[in-house]
Amino acid sequence: MEITLDLIVFIVLALFIVVSAVLAVTTKRILRSATYLLFVLFGTAGIYFQLNYSFLGAVQLLVYAGGITVLYVFSILLTSSEGDQAEKLKKSKLFAGLGATLAAMGICLFVMLKHQFIPSSFEHGELAMRTIGHALMSTGKDGYVLPFEVISILLLACIIGGLMIARKR
Amino acid sequence: MIPMEYYLIVSTILMFVGIYGFLTRRNLLAMLISVELILNSVDINFVVFNRFLFPEHLEGFFFSLFAIGISAAETAVAIAIIINIYRNIRNIQVRNLDKMKW
Repeated sequence: MEITLDLIVFIVLALFIVVSAVLAVTTKRILRSATYLLFVLFGTAGIYFQLNYSFLGAVQLLVYAGGITVLYVFSILLTSSEGDQAEKLKKSKLFAGLGATLAAMGICLFVMLKHQFIPSSFEHGELAMRTIGHALMSTGKDGYVLPFEVISILLLACIIGGLMIARKR
Repeated sequence: MIPMEYYLIVSTILMFVGIYGFLTRRNLLAMLISVELILNSVDINFVVFNRFLFPEHLEGFFFSLFAIGISAAETAVAIAIIINIYRNIRNIQVRNLDKMKW
């Protein structure tokens, strides 16, 4: 397999995602952890762009990187004092967690790489915005208008629920 | 064309890094960040399967789209609960979290 620009971009994105994710779960300061989470989200959006799903990448950037990270940063600033460090875990527990995770990851990777998927294909070309809009708004067989409406109700319920839980009594 | 397995390897690693964080962190917000990593890896999987195996359908695409929206809602409610916990016990470490309201 020859080295193409596609592959180089993918490798850079993959390394970026993996390194940021590992740093996000191992760093001692929680605010840095949120920043590394932001990097992971950017990398994921890059993968969506690379797969020619620009709309999904834009949604990822807007909702995750724009919305959720701001929520995290605000709540971290509200709930942790300056110089707050993650408390030390016992070495035995740390190694138990690491060992269990690595073993499970090995099994998953083994099963996935052994499995014969149906023949995959990749054709270049952007998914048309018109197609997405029609699918999102149609009531027919491949229509998604019901989940669309349900998720809008869910978001409304979450806004009200969040206000009810967090309000001052 | 990049083989599909490469994307799946990245998402598997991302998922297990998230699980490791969920098992070893002791701060509620850090645990929530790990859950976000897991959700992200699942989104990548859905999109990749959609793109490489069934390019003429859009199920995986819309599943990730709705998953992103739902995880936003989930984060908002979880952070509201965490702020409420902080208001009650001035701390969000899991160790100190041993009583409920009743």
